[in-house]
Amino acid sequence: MTKASTASDRTPSPTLADRPATGKVSVRNVTKVYDPEGAHVVALDGFSMEMEAGDFVAIVGPSGCGKSTLMNILAGFDTLSTGEVYLDDQLLAGPGTKPLPGSDRVVVFQQGALFPWMTVLQNVTYGLMKKGELTREEADAKGLEFLERSGNLAKIASSYPTQLSSGMQRRVEIIRALINDPKILLLDEPFRAMDTVNKNRMHQHLLRIYQATRKTIMFITHDLEEALFLADRVIVMTTRPGTMKLDIAVDLPRPRHHALMASDAYLAMKQQAVLAVREEAKRAFDRGEREMA
Amino acid sequence: MNVTSLPARRASNRAVERYLLTATGLVGFVVLWYASVKWLPIDAFNRLPDPLSVVVEWTSPDPDYGISIFTADYYTHIFYSTYRALAAFFLAVILGVPLGIMMGWKKSVRSYASSLLGLLRPVPPLAWVPIAILMFPGVELAVIFVTFLVAFFATTMNTLVGVKAIPEDYFRAASCFGASDRDVLWDIVIPGAMPSIFTGLQIAMGAAWFSLAAGEMIAAQYGLGFIIWEAYNLIQYPTIVIGMATLGLVGYVSSSIVRWFGKRLMVWHEQKLGMAG
Repeated sequence: MTKASTASDRTPSPTLADRPATGKVSVRNVTKVYDPEGAHVVALDGFSMEMEAGDFVAIVGPSGCGKSTLMNILAGFDTLSTGEVYLDDQLLAGPGTKPLPGSDRVVVFQQGALFPWMTVLQNVTYGLMKKGELTREEADAKGLEFLERSGNLAKIASSYPTQLSSGMQRRVEIIRALINDPKILLLDEPFRAMDTVNKNRMHQHLLRIYQATRKTIMFITHDLEEALFLADRVIVMTTRPGTMKLDIAVDLPRPRHHALMASDAYLAMKQQAVLAVREEAKRAFDRGEREMA
Repeated sequence: MNVTSLPARRASNRAVERYLLTATGLVGFVVLWYASVKWLPIDAFNRLPDPLSVVVEWTSPDPDYGISIFTADYYTHIFYSTYRALAAFFLAVILGVPLGIMMGWKKSVRSYASSLLGLLRPVPPLAWVPIAILMFPGVELAVIFVTFLVAFFATTMNTLVGVKAIPEDYFRAASCFGASDRDVLWDIVIPGAMPSIFTGLQIAMGAAWFSLAAGEMIAAQYGLGFIIWEAYNLIQYPTIVIGMATLGLVGYVSSSIVRWFGKRLMVWHEQKLGMAG
């Protein structure tokens, strides 16, 4: 058991978990307008996408393309103006519905949102305690088990987040999300502020988690290479108003290692994607110039 | 074989150096004081008590003007001042912290209260003295009220700033995990604002002492502010300085106590600062 878990700590588990029964997302023709009476900023314009349960989808786009808006609507932090969002065929958000966050859609934030005044264990068990199904002891036991399973982290259970490296903080934050068994994991540029070495490590870590759990993952990033390496599908968005411009299927085998990034298959895919994105960017740029003129 | 490790020795050297600098500052001040009173050819300065005569009076079992560390009166004055400062301070905490939290957390409360506070805050404590005397039965409550005001504003404002500085993502994260409004208050708002609240309490403690002295000079029969003013009227100049120095001491001690409590309460914050340094 211990041996197996140490081994799985280093290499992704060889088999990909089966598709889960829940975690299907359907975004239908969603538009979001900020300040409709005044500035009338269109953040999303008729955006649609489907995600099967167990999909790993990356959303790529420059800042201001509406990718955070999309995530906020899914997470229940914000309303939409028109359109609907369904999670497992149940209406999650529509025009006029109250935004409702929940532990079935947990977000891992760009800046990190572990509560600095709580220990790692208190952070990890926070969702369990709020759900109220477990006693303090049971929640702690489960928290320790999750920490231990995710690379022997039980030893840092009583540390405060600020005592940990940023990579470690992210791992704890992902554990804090996973322990609630969410249907979908929303990752909002979680590795943005990291150096290359740590970022690579976190990629392996995330891929390992995906192999093992097959959670539906929406991964927001502005880094195309990261998106291609991690996801099964990469959706490229354009600047305001945010619409989907490209939907790239990534046919690279799993489990993935960083060695993959040097393979011909990956490079060919990257070249294609880069060209497509550049083409799109150029078109957007030209449009912009015409608007200016 | 009990050799002190190099970092430890360096740390202790630094501590010694710090104490030396502190001592130099204090000694320098006393020398400057002595020199300007004794040697400067300025009449106004020559009237002032020099440090030596203050210390002699302060530590005399039989003081010329009735106030020294050996007289019961001295402690009666300290007691009255401390009592008023603490009463005002705790009143400010009890009212100011909840108000600041609500203002920071709920926009509607902020809209109600912020312009009112903004208008009242710049009014100096001394300007409140006449109204306070008219408003309250007895001088005691009036002095406490005046002392309370500045401490209250400091507490409220710092609490408000502390709550507003909590990153939006913490609230969002809490809502992801199904935290209710009440949970958010206890799990996010209060602990998140705690460092700033304690900064506010330290400022409030200091502010309580300086407005207290002002209030006591005008409207009290006891207290350190009172003896400073009375000694001035009675031309007992060393006693003025005794009153001032005592105010400085009790103010410093009380602020230190607040700081100490803050450190004990916020282990996580200390560690954060430790990491940064």
